[in-house]
Amino acid sequence: MSGFSSVISLLAGQAGISAPQWLVDWWAEVCHTFYRCFIKEDRWKMLRDGVVVTIEISLIAAVLGVIIGLLIALCNLSKNKFLRGIGKVYTDIIRGTPSVTQLMIIYFVIFAQVMWPKAIIAAIAFGINSGAYVSEIIRAGILSIDKGQTEAGRSLGLSSGMTMRLVVIPQAIKNIFPALCNEFITLIKETAIVGYVGLVDIQKAGDFIKSATYEAFMPLIGTAIIYFIIIKVLTLALGLYEKSLRKSEQR
Amino acid sequence: MSDKKNKNVNSAVAEEEVQKPTRAEKKAAKKAAKERLKKVLAARKNGEKLIADNYNGTSMIQTVNLKKKFDDHEVLKGIDEHVDKGEVVVVIGPSGSGKSTFLRCLNLLEEPTDGEVIIDGELMNEPGVDINAMRQKMGMVFQQFNLFPHLTIMENVILAPVKLGKMSKEDAIQKGTELLAKVGLADRADNYPSQLSGGQKQRVAIARALEMDPEIMLFDEPTSALDPEMVGEVLDVMKELAASGMTMVVVTHEMGFAREVGTRLLFIDEGVVAESGDPKDVFAHPQNERTKQFLSKVL
Repeated sequence: MSGFSSVISLLAGQAGISAPQWLVDWWAEVCHTFYRCFIKEDRWKMLRDGVVVTIEISLIAAVLGVIIGLLIALCNLSKNKFLRGIGKVYTDIIRGTPSVTQLMIIYFVIFAQVMWPKAIIAAIAFGINSGAYVSEIIRAGILSIDKGQTEAGRSLGLSSGMTMRLVVIPQAIKNIFPALCNEFITLIKETAIVGYVGLVDIQKAGDFIKSATYEAFMPLIGTAIIYFIIIKVLTLALGLYEKSLRKSEQR
Repeated sequence: MSDKKNKNVNSAVAEEEVQKPTRAEKKAAKKAAKERLKKVLAARKNGEKLIADNYNGTSMIQTVNLKKKFDDHEVLKGIDEHVDKGEVVVVIGPSGSGKSTFLRCLNLLEEPTDGEVIIDGELMNEPGVDINAMRQKMGMVFQQFNLFPHLTIMENVILAPVKLGKMSKEDAIQKGTELLAKVGLADRADNYPSQLSGGQKQRVAIARALEMDPEIMLFDEPTSALDPEMVGEVLDVMKELAASGMTMVVVTHEMGFAREVGTRLLFIDEGVVAESGDPKDVFAHPQNERTKQFLSKVL
């Protein structure tokens, strides 16, 4: 530890100047705080476990969100009035209430008697929430496909379901993908509220460290950096996949 | 109770002039529609053919008083026409006349507001009919080609028959290769539509429609979106198709094609068939004033 804090003095010595005392003191303070927040009592392990929880919940919620989103999108696009009604009610209610409130209603009211793991219940709540937004993304993507494609499919004798499945949706996926990636990223950050129902994710772990050490800056910056790294890696991976989707557009 | 009945009868007498359907008439109509739907679904289940009342007995396509309204604008004002087997009916007319709408009503891409569309003797624009089965007998070629951009040319051609269970994939590929060779594009089977020119795309579209082995081919201004050099290659394919005996309905501005290949010409203007007959006769001696005006501009 003392090795790190003396880095400034060492560097200064190499350069042949004497380091200003305020700088040496400041750096020593930073190293000391870092130690207290993350190294002491293995506090970094809390953050590591928090990462696992965040990723777990985000993945399950993302998959659930896409499934629900696709179903609701098809409801909203349907010629059947009843299905359209279901779709509209769902998107109105979910988009009209804060996700924190939804999380708490689902956790403390709907699943109050059900003894499932906390993380699963939270994932369901986020999946339901994400589904409403994903449904609009998918609906917009499907509507953006030229009507002539549907007409060509139907005039060959394909049913409307087959036309949707074989002709429209594969093309719509290319248009949907960027907006969908956006939604995934939003979802990961949305999960930061699970602390409200007692789950320890990255944000909550950072909170624990903050209250244990009475330091605000270091834990919060650490939390932010961890989220940033996760999302940056995801963005790069999704970007590569999007490139491969656009392969058929090469002339 | 009898008072109510009397009231209905009286109002029926009073409103006869206004021609509004009474409560009793509406109820009877609903009941009749239900019975008809039952009949149609039963015939469909048994694989029987339900011959339409107005069927003339011979035509492959028949329209009876076909009307189509878009909101308040009446595009088709009652068209009684028929297309017999082997005919090449060419439909011409000024833009906005309803010729494309007429064509699209034939395979119900547009739902007629009134009138009947009778394909092969069966009434097609009523509830309960198997529209998909009917469309499998009719191929359509669009002005904008409408090839599926996410599939290769061969995949475009074989998609429908394979997914509908009409052919195995191997048979479909074999037939597809033959058809693509016929339209001159056998070597492009593994390309994507974005890599083809307009004329090539349209020829693929024709091959794709033919892969389903249709009895009738509908063409909606197939060359209107093409560069002039490419129009010829598409028309040649259509000429060959006509010579092989295919029943075709073609909406086009290509008067040369109409004269050479068409067996009958329909001039549609403002929602009605203003004139019809042998293309050579109509071009040489148009009877209708509007036909004369139109032809003087395009010939």
